[in-house]
Amino acid sequence: MRQEPLLTMRGIEKSFPGVRALKDVDFTLRSGQIHALMGENGAGKSTLIKVLTGVYPRDGGDMAMEGTRIFPSSPRDAEKFGISTVYQEVNLIPHLTVAENICLGREDRAAGIIRWKKVRERARKALARLELDDGIDVEAQLSDCSIAVQQMVAIARALDIDAKVLILDEPTSSLDEAESDELFSIMARLKKRGMGIIFVTHFLDQVYRVSDAITVLRNGQLVGEYSAAELPRLELVARMMGKRAEEVKRLEKRAAVTTKSGRKTVISVRRLARKGSINPIDFDLNEGEVLGLAGLLGSGRSETAEVLFGVDAADAGEIEIDGRATKVDSPAKAMRLGFGMLTEDRKYSGIIPNLSIKENIILAMQAKLGPLKKIPPRQANEIADGFIKALDIRTPSREQLVKNLSGGNQQKVIIARWLAIHPRLLILDEPTRGIDVGTRAEIEELIRKLRDEGMSLLLISSELDEVVRNSQRVLVLRDRNKIAELAGEDISEQRILHTIAQ
Amino acid sequence: MTRIAAIAVFWTCLLAVLYLLRRQRNVAFWPLLALSAILLFNLFFTPHFYNLEMRGGHLYGVPIDIINHASKVAVLSLGMTLVIGAGGIDLSVGAVMAIAGATMAHLNIEAGMAPGYCILAALATGLLAGMWNGFLVAIMEIPPMVATIILMVSGRGVAQLITSGQIINFNNPVLNFIGNGFILIPFPFILTLVVFGVTYGVTRGTALGFMIEAVGDNEVAARRAGLSAKTIKFLVYVFAGLCAAVAGLVHTSNIRSADANNIGLYLELDAIMAVVIGGTAMTGGRLYLASSVIGAILIQALTTTMYAKDVSPVVAPVPKALVILAVCLLQSERVRRYLADRPNRAQGRGNE
Repeated sequence: MRQEPLLTMRGIEKSFPGVRALKDVDFTLRSGQIHALMGENGAGKSTLIKVLTGVYPRDGGDMAMEGTRIFPSSPRDAEKFGISTVYQEVNLIPHLTVAENICLGREDRAAGIIRWKKVRERARKALARLELDDGIDVEAQLSDCSIAVQQMVAIARALDIDAKVLILDEPTSSLDEAESDELFSIMARLKKRGMGIIFVTHFLDQVYRVSDAITVLRNGQLVGEYSAAELPRLELVARMMGKRAEEVKRLEKRAAVTTKSGRKTVISVRRLARKGSINPIDFDLNEGEVLGLAGLLGSGRSETAEVLFGVDAADAGEIEIDGRATKVDSPAKAMRLGFGMLTEDRKYSGIIPNLSIKENIILAMQAKLGPLKKIPPRQANEIADGFIKALDIRTPSREQLVKNLSGGNQQKVIIARWLAIHPRLLILDEPTRGIDVGTRAEIEELIRKLRDEGMSLLLISSELDEVVRNSQRVLVLRDRNKIAELAGEDISEQRILHTIAQ
Repeated sequence: MTRIAAIAVFWTCLLAVLYLLRRQRNVAFWPLLALSAILLFNLFFTPHFYNLEMRGGHLYGVPIDIINHASKVAVLSLGMTLVIGAGGIDLSVGAVMAIAGATMAHLNIEAGMAPGYCILAALATGLLAGMWNGFLVAIMEIPPMVATIILMVSGRGVAQLITSGQIINFNNPVLNFIGNGFILIPFPFILTLVVFGVTYGVTRGTALGFMIEAVGDNEVAARRAGLSAKTIKFLVYVFAGLCAAVAGLVHTSNIRSADANNIGLYLELDAIMAVVIGGTAMTGGRLYLASSVIGAILIQALTTTMYAKDVSPVVAPVPKALVILAVCLLQSERVRRYLADRPNRAQGRGNE
């Protein structure tokens, strides 16, 4: 007889104004199972998890833990049912200690006074269950710990409340390889103890490495539940993208890039530098070419782009455009020169969340025109509708608030914002971060298209394969210095890694 | 008979407007609904509330009193909407009213200047005060609350300096007209409509309103998209200062004397309240100008109704606070979600 599922979700429905985020979605988790939840951006993964953890009330459907119906009203409430979450950005309190974070809300008290000794003991015990007790000081302030440790603390907290279901939402996106390995071994241990783990990630390798089952969502609907062992990788990608396997093969093939040399130089960067951010650097940006910036985090990738775009003004060197030397000291100036920049952090410096898609798209164009030359409403509508169609932004209307869109669609809106000003140089800082395979392919396709139309592009990505696939030349950076410039045939992941590791 | 017909027509129009606003999910729906509730209450419980009379070409009546007295706060709230929309706040507008009033009275009485110049000079003080606030917030990057408290506290001192600590009385037909005049309806309300028209034109006729909203909602992203957040923030404070000067002229003219201690006292709080009731978020973002004016009228309607019902001024703030609390709660997404979700929850408990 099959064992009764730990968690069942049946016919889950959830709508937001103008968007039906979940349509009749089923999900089943058994104890001792690692279950990957997969889907493109906008597929409904995060909404499903938020319904499960009580962040959103569900509009319809049933949810049961070990056969008992549950209605969690908040994440804290969900914890009471044994459902614990570790979010992408760890949802702990940075200024408290490790021990306080583990026991927060459930401190041992005597006559209302917290017994710190007991709290620390309990925290140590929770960490010991993860077999990590000697590595982590329970009295350290959480913000002083690495992201990896913070995540372990979040998991320890989940154990301390005797959670039966652990949700890991993009847990490895800020971890290095060794840290990810450690996380996976902990997951294996928890699994052995009978915990059910829901694992959300964009990394296919990791899915196959640890998962037993895979549930695929697409456009808020259930595509299917599969056994990980029986679902080939290509098949999974195809299901996520709502495509047939053959189509995906074609897409991967087309990724190979041909190089043309001898292009016209649009912008020359000469000894550009800023203290504490980049050392003097030289490079050229050519018409109809993608220049990739490769390097580890902190190597000066994003910093170079920010100095170039005038977010942080350079304190030395110059930028030569059409043979004329100029200084760029603000984004507004950069835009007048014909630059556009998609920033790394969409939420922080990209979207204007409470304004509509239309307004977000025309923002840069309007800024360039100045306040007095208002873009006529009809023209604004046309521009917005044009980009919604051209970039396939999934939305019921151009008036939808940007905050209600999925990450991938938000990214497209911001790309549209820059395309609207017809830049000669478009800087793309992590254009596919936190974005699903399907939209990623679309964005890469767009990069190729813009390049072929003669735009100059600067591409920054922490995904090496993305840089390799899309760039005609690659600058390799290390410790804020340019250490190599690769072109054409020389561009390969291996070569770049070797250069960085030299 | 005609009166009943007129009231019927008025209510039909009001309900139609409410219905339209609701259908468009317009934020002005909630403050207007609250205002309608007060008007409905008065329809049944306050005799003569709806009696409008024409006397010597002027319209008189309780509703006319309400819009007349609401004018000061309405004008303030227009400037305040821009400031709050840009993610700031201006606590100094009450004090700026006193400075503008003091300037006008002083120049007229002590310096014997023509009323036109007095008015212009008073408006200039508002402009200056706004530039000072804008300088502190936009250029010196002092948090708006702290920056504008400086002028809130010191502004009355400045006004006292101008009047040399005296209450200056004046009696000039032009100056009297600002706060007491009528062109069919009270002149202060006409001024409100003019300021509203100017504000609307400046923000919606150009892209400034959109830019203020972008800066208020996400300043970092707005700057990266090429907006000059500094300039925009500076300008909204200048505009708020100008609005405060206009409101100060109305108030001073209304009582025909410059009383530095009392002109505009606590009105910054009413203005902020009107903006909040109007639905503009304190965290910045969307601007709702008309809605703020309705908010100002709502506050005055409450006050007037309480006078009409002989509620003691000592307890009057309590029902006023309750109504305002209700409007704010209705606008809170959390409360609305809770109300919309109640059947769901009830069912859930029943099954557990």
